Amino acid sequence: MKLTSWVLIFLACNLAFSTISAFRLSRSQPTERISGSAGDVLDDNPVGRLKVFVYELPSKYNKKILQKDPRCLTHMFAAEIYMQRFLLSSPVRTLNPEEADWFYVPVYTTCDLTPNGLPLPFKSPRMMRSAIQLIASNWPYWNRTEGADHFFVVPHDFGACFHYQEEKAIGRGILPLLQRATLVQTFGQRNHVCLKEGSITVPPYAPPQKMQSHLIPGKTPRSIFVYFRGLFYDVGNDPEGGYYARGARAAVWENFKDNPLFDISTEHPTTYYEDMQRAIFCLCPLGWAPWSPRLVEAVIFGCIPVIIADDIVLPFADAIPWEDIGVFVDEKDVPYLDTILTSIPPEVILRKQRLLANPSMKQAMLFPQPAQPGDAFHQVLNGLARKLPHDRSVYLRPGEKLLNWTAGPVADLKPW
Amino acid sequence: MKLLSAFRSSYLNRRGSTFRSLDPSSFDGAFIPKPSPSSIFWLAIHCLCCLISLILGFRFSHLVLFFLFSTSVTNLYTTTAGVSQLLQLKPSEKANVTAKSSRVVVGRHGIRIRPWPHPNPIEVMRAHQLLERVQKEQKSLYGVRRPRAVIAVTPTYVRTFQALHLTGVMHSLMLVPYDVVWIVVEAGGKSNETASFVGKSRLKTIHVGFDQKMPNTWEDRGKLESKMRIQALRIVREEKLDGIVVFVDDSNMHSMELFDEIQNVRWFGALSVGILAHSGNADELSSVLKTNQEGKPLSMPIQGPSCDSSGKLVGWHVFNTQPYATKTAVYVDDKAAVMPSKMEWSGFVLNSRLLWKESAVDRPAWVKDVNNLLDGNEEIEDGPLSLVKDPSMVETLESCGRNVLLWWLRVEARADSKFPPGWIIKSPLDITVPSERTPWLDSSSKLPVVTKEEKNNQPATEKRSGKPRGSKSKNNRGTQEPKTTRSRK
Repeated sequence: MKLTSWVLIFLACNLAFSTISAFRLSRSQPTERISGSAGDVLDDNPVGRLKVFVYELPSKYNKKILQKDPRCLTHMFAAEIYMQRFLLSSPVRTLNPEEADWFYVPVYTTCDLTPNGLPLPFKSPRMMRSAIQLIASNWPYWNRTEGADHFFVVPHDFGACFHYQEEKAIGRGILPLLQRATLVQTFGQRNHVCLKEGSITVPPYAPPQKMQSHLIPGKTPRSIFVYFRGLFYDVGNDPEGGYYARGARAAVWENFKDNPLFDISTEHPTTYYEDMQRAIFCLCPLGWAPWSPRLVEAVIFGCIPVIIADDIVLPFADAIPWEDIGVFVDEKDVPYLDTILTSIPPEVILRKQRLLANPSMKQAMLFPQPAQPGDAFHQVLNGLARKLPHDRSVYLRPGEKLLNWTAGPVADLKPW
Repeated sequence: MKLLSAFRSSYLNRRGSTFRSLDPSSFDGAFIPKPSPSSIFWLAIHCLCCLISLILGFRFSHLVLFFLFSTSVTNLYTTTAGVSQLLQLKPSEKANVTAKSSRVVVGRHGIRIRPWPHPNPIEVMRAHQLLERVQKEQKSLYGVRRPRAVIAVTPTYVRTFQALHLTGVMHSLMLVPYDVVWIVVEAGGKSNETASFVGKSRLKTIHVGFDQKMPNTWEDRGKLESKMRIQALRIVREEKLDGIVVFVDDSNMHSMELFDEIQNVRWFGALSVGILAHSGNADELSSVLKTNQEGKPLSMPIQGPSCDSSGKLVGWHVFNTQPYATKTAVYVDDKAAVMPSKMEWSGFVLNSRLLWKESAVDRPAWVKDVNNLLDGNEEIEDGPLSLVKDPSMVETLESCGRNVLLWWLRVEARADSKFPPGWIIKSPLDITVPSERTPWLDSSSKLPVVTKEEKNNQPATEKRSGKPRGSKSKNNRGTQEPKTTRSRK
């Protein structure tokens, strides 16, 4: 008798709890749990799973550069700056380097800006080299592993290849001194020189407050089928066409400029964010580099990203199942984009929208200040934690040298 | 990326090198080229090609490489039906240094265009179906859980402006995405005019007549309209209609969001109504403004609930009739501004279950038992708020009336204005006045049409003199004459 009454109470509580949670969910968009190839790791808490030691570099490597040009805080490469700020005040930071699993070198290589605001990568190799020389001479931890347990944030166009032009970047390759380190970068393309095995791909920086301030009510009906704003031809640098974006953006324009379903143009409307929230699909084609902030914007605003970049590696690819969330279109299939998009079954579209509505998905794409659980900083730490424990090969035998300190173009060897 | 390209162009201008350099040894900013024989050779070839390009006028180097190294030569744009083709040039030599082969090649690619790059109507249709499905999903997530029927109560009577007003109301109700029951109560008995509107609407309608005729003063009209609305509520009670009762006055204008917002009402709700107290006389309005300038600022023309900062209902906004004190219209055809009553019926909505006999148990305590009122034993006194015992419990809609979703307007024609029944001119016009001078000497094909219009205009100005007054139509005639005199010349 007593047992049955307890069972009944237990069931009643369960029912009440489930209805409460159902009620909570029913008022907002129902979401689905996101689990990528590494499992359901988006909500993991890295605190306690790893320890990071932040090197104290002289301020000429970070603070002074930022003071010279504060625009670095708002451009899309600002992740390197915010990463340092986050790590300095995070519970994963340790002041004792002996117990650290990972070492972070805060050097702002992408903060030398032109008057237009674009970073010049020409001094970056020298700066990086100088920083590494500094830590190698002042601390023993670099030589212990030759950088295999160090990580660097290199958010520039082609990561640690330190050039904005793809051919030149491929020609340079990844900086030889970084061959063993873990790179946290925005660039990701399979079988490419500038993507090292074991790198962590992150999204480019997008200002969270700016995007939050442009949110519109969820009941505004999505009435645009495909939305895109940006260049199709880069007449300044590629007047003949076919080079920029490997011809993919130009193909989008030529095939769909008169298609009423495609709201594409080169304008810069003030309602750009609001329009994205009224669209079902947002095109995220490659430009000079395969990644773009459009992906972040599309995820935040619930617009299904249509990714047109062959072999691209998207941010946190092991934690987020991008295949289920976005639509991948090969560059050779661009002329048939309308057929591809209209033949997606409605259930699939609704499922993708549900996945996008998951708040942990949106949070994982952002770099908010101050940091919040589940944001991109934490995803980076989760990624680093998943690489632990370090393999035996990470630690070198005394006297063993694997890096070539004189490799690379001669100009890189000059001191900074 | 646009900035990046702008930068690149400025950089290149500074450096003076071409973008796609054939020189394999890269030319960086702070880089001194190693003088190797191969690089000198390529440099020489490059200079030669540049010179030839200057002379010929196109990129010679481009062409040379194309002919020397390309494996497949196909056309960029093809007119033949079939597969679209592309122009592939030899990619730059420094690509694919890695051991694994990437299928992505750096270099110039063709711009793929399919043979007929125009929208396919079947795909457009499918896309629209997808859009509808997504919007349906959105509506079910963010919209109303269980949409209830809208019961629209409209008191009306036959007069010149009825066609104008009822057309507006009819179209608004036809666009409402929920079920609508339109109850039309007509003063002076049912008439064909109103019946035609009611029939055209293709909605579920209940058309009843009310035995009294509409009086000629605004005040009496208001009272009669209240009685007519009570009659409609009686019908709701008898038919046991289930839904939300909205008082849709025929001269008001309603936004579509109104009908979405009232779905949120539980028992008795209040909205903000925009009051348009306009007489059509611009001089008078400016005099009103002038008298107000030294006094307080002109208050909002809104009637509705007013809340404190925490969202609780604390009072009611009432339209400030002070500026119009001496100049309000009494009779329907006065040229002065028409004032609304203290609390217009159209600003309130109620759940039809309040009116049912059986729901005495469910009814909240702060709403009066309306059965007495509906049975005819009482008279309604001051408007809709007398239906509630405790006005502070009234629900406020649309963030306490911050958004105005409907507008109140009263505009009518002169009492003696006439109009053709059903707005169809059946019989020949009984007054034909020949025009004083025939403006045209030659007969043209336009002649019969113009004369008919001329004839129509003239008797119409004598028959119908609603707002706008005859002045406007006089202007019409005035403008016509100079035109015709010009054509004479």
